[in-house]
Amino acid sequence: METFIASVVSVAFHGLAYGMVLYAISVGLSITMGLMGFVNLAHGVFAMAGGYLVITAMAWLGLPWLPALILSCLAVAVASTMLERWLYARFYGASELEQVLFTMGLIFAAVALARLAYGPLPHAATLPPMLKGQIELAGRAFPTYRVFVIITSAVLVALLWIGLERTRWGAMVRAAVDNRGMAQSIGIHTSRLFTLTFAVGSGLAALGGALGSDLIPMTPTYPFEQLVYFLIVVSIGGTGTLRGPFVGALLIGVGDTACKYWLPEFGSFFIYAATFGILLWRPHGMLGRA
Amino acid sequence: MMPPVKAIETRGLCKTFGGLMVADKVDFALEAGARHALIGPNGAGKTSLVNMLTGAIPPSAGKIYLSGEEVTHLSGAARVHRGLARTFQINTLFGELSALDNVALAIAERRGIAWRLWRAACRYREVHDECMILLESLGLAADASRRVADLDYGKQRLVEIAVALGLKPKVLLLDEPAAGVPSLESGRILDVLDALPAEVAILIIEHDMELVFRFAQRITVLVRGQILCQGTPDEIAADARVQEVYLGGEHG
Amino acid sequence: MAASGNLQGYAGSARLRPLELLPWVLAIATYFLAQGYLALASYVLIICLFALSLDLIVGYAGIVTLGHAAYFGFGAYVAGILAVHCSSDPLLGLVAACLASAVFGAATGALILRTQGLALIMLTLAMSSIVFEVANKWTGLTGGTDGLQGVPIAPILGSFSFDMFGRTAYLYCLAVLIVGWWLVRTIVYSPFGRALVGTRENAARMQAIGAPVYLRRLLAYTIAAALAGTAGALLTQTTQFVGLSVVGFELSGEILVILVLGGVGRIYGALVGPVVYIVARDYFAKQSPDYWYLGIGILLMLVVLFARGGILGLVDKAKARFS
Repeated sequence: METFIASVVSVAFHGLAYGMVLYAISVGLSITMGLMGFVNLAHGVFAMAGGYLVITAMAWLGLPWLPALILSCLAVAVASTMLERWLYARFYGASELEQVLFTMGLIFAAVALARLAYGPLPHAATLPPMLKGQIELAGRAFPTYRVFVIITSAVLVALLWIGLERTRWGAMVRAAVDNRGMAQSIGIHTSRLFTLTFAVGSGLAALGGALGSDLIPMTPTYPFEQLVYFLIVVSIGGTGTLRGPFVGALLIGVGDTACKYWLPEFGSFFIYAATFGILLWRPHGMLGRA
Repeated sequence: MMPPVKAIETRGLCKTFGGLMVADKVDFALEAGARHALIGPNGAGKTSLVNMLTGAIPPSAGKIYLSGEEVTHLSGAARVHRGLARTFQINTLFGELSALDNVALAIAERRGIAWRLWRAACRYREVHDECMILLESLGLAADASRRVADLDYGKQRLVEIAVALGLKPKVLLLDEPAAGVPSLESGRILDVLDALPAEVAILIIEHDMELVFRFAQRITVLVRGQILCQGTPDEIAADARVQEVYLGGEHG
Repeated sequence: MAASGNLQGYAGSARLRPLELLPWVLAIATYFLAQGYLALASYVLIICLFALSLDLIVGYAGIVTLGHAAYFGFGAYVAGILAVHCSSDPLLGLVAACLASAVFGAATGALILRTQGLALIMLTLAMSSIVFEVANKWTGLTGGTDGLQGVPIAPILGSFSFDMFGRTAYLYCLAVLIVGWWLVRTIVYSPFGRALVGTRENAARMQAIGAPVYLRRLLAYTIAAALAGTAGALLTQTTQFVGLSVVGFELSGEILVILVLGGVGRIYGALVGPVVYIVARDYFAKQSPDYWYLGIGILLMLVVLFARGGILGLVDKAKARFS
């Protein structure tokens, strides 16, 4: 009994950490899909870039971990604005097929570049000693780093929610998600809004990727392998919302950890089956709008 | 003697979108062979009414009858097979296909051959010939093999009507057939409307009052989801309430 | 993105044009002139059949799917498992895989085609991931990550045994491909095929003329799944192996890329794409697989930006300029 409770707590904890990482990465995707109606399969590329750039920044620039993390997120955010302005913007009215194909091409190219630059084996950034080891909470030992990930993600989530509810930027995003044409006619400059929001979403993804490299290892095939999970989080939660992917991420995070722990012979089967079922029941996601 | 069956009839038809009531206990009837116009200011609920008649949106309450048969919960496709056809206010055509193919698709559905997998479509000469006859009657024979997206807007409007006619409907709902057509070309559309078969019941939604008064034998005025009044063009023209509604509006 | 292709559906002619025989002339020539490469050539033929099945869905019905490999893999595994446990007769396995894939396609399609947009794409992904996980974890049946090796295969019709040069295999694949091509071509030219193009171009209009859009797409989807499964079975039978590479997102993505490269919505793009892609990959990927993927990724982005009709689209433009 004691070991069962211990394993439940452990699954809940690690599931929560995984869920928070998934959320940090996927929330940008949800907002940009709801805002621009653009099926961006390549979103995982930003998360991958975040993770790899931290390693590079520490190795080449000799930066300590935290500044490297911040630098890599900013770098990804800036690079993503160029990607958005020059390439993605051409596809905003385009057919789904074209959007899917273009972003797939981007994944192929990014995966190849990552493999050329970093090799096929998994990489991890060396963490500052403060974050290694374990922490004692309520009589149990938890890996310090994962506690840090949960807390940081929670803070970010809170900042994002406040940002979307209280700032002018947030109000414009919400209006534009609701009704793009109307938003344009009341003077919200949508293309600049798109670029800014895209940058925020990609920066967050980079942060999630970098922070989460402990849970989701950095390999070149990262965008391919994790793509399904990010899309699952967004589609079962509902695009264009903050709450939707939050619910989705926690469900998937805890659900996946639980399945892999207690039913490893089934692998991810139940996650995929649950996704299938949820999408049939609610095609717009559990918290999405019709 | 039984009164003749009405082509379309609604009883107590209601529709609310959120808090907005776009149809308020509408009792509407279209006689067989009618030339009926539905007019009203923007937002009166005309297109919603047509969408409910065709089955595109379900009513919140009330019943709809097609030739005496209740069709309230019948799918749009099933209503088409019972003789109901419509055109759209904005051209809803197969832009990449030829004018002939646009109409042929409708004829093929009507003839029930659209499920055939085996014989090539071009071998169904009867479909091709029926298309050409129809296109010729609308003056489009020369454009039959041209891509619809390449035709000018007025001709596209005519193809829109041709597609509906290809279904040989008993009831035809025309949603602003002359909308967006430069007045030079709208004459052709008027001619086509005049030449439509007498036994088809036609309901036309229009803002162009000249067209309405030339074409309609009977007019229904819809305001804020309710029927304000119905009658012959003379009666409507003389009705004070109608004048009030339109003096406040911007069309003519 | 889908080509306008044949503008004259109910006009014009469906008669076979001489140029349409060119692929088969080349295929037969390959048999005699490229005896050392028949294994690779058989693979090309199989992928052509796979691409044709995808063209029916994406090019003609206009349904974007990221999970088509699920049917390819399903057919491949059915053929492999049947050969290992029941009978190694290839034609029996082929028919069984075709029918099983049709049933699987109909069942999944019936659910998936109720949705559209992102939900539909996600459902195709989820469905194909489920097939992958089942193949991955049900080791007893599928061999898991190792796959099924040494799948037995009997001579076709009792007489034509599979030789080690791959000659029988090549002619076997060619025969099946020709049948598949003829089937797809017939469907595309038929009233059903024209109606399918209609549902792709304007589903609202099709509904307004009384067409049962959902059922039409479901039939097309089922036929495509059956063809994909047949192609998968061919792969199992000619390589005597089936493993995880026949299912999963990477293959679904790759076949989409192959089709787009050749040209979507025009049948022959599905024959041109595989030849160009697989031959190129065989050459370049040997040099450096990473640069190959980089090149393909960039090429795909360029095609979507500037050459939406793929190779055949460019050929069309060139012909127009020179006439």
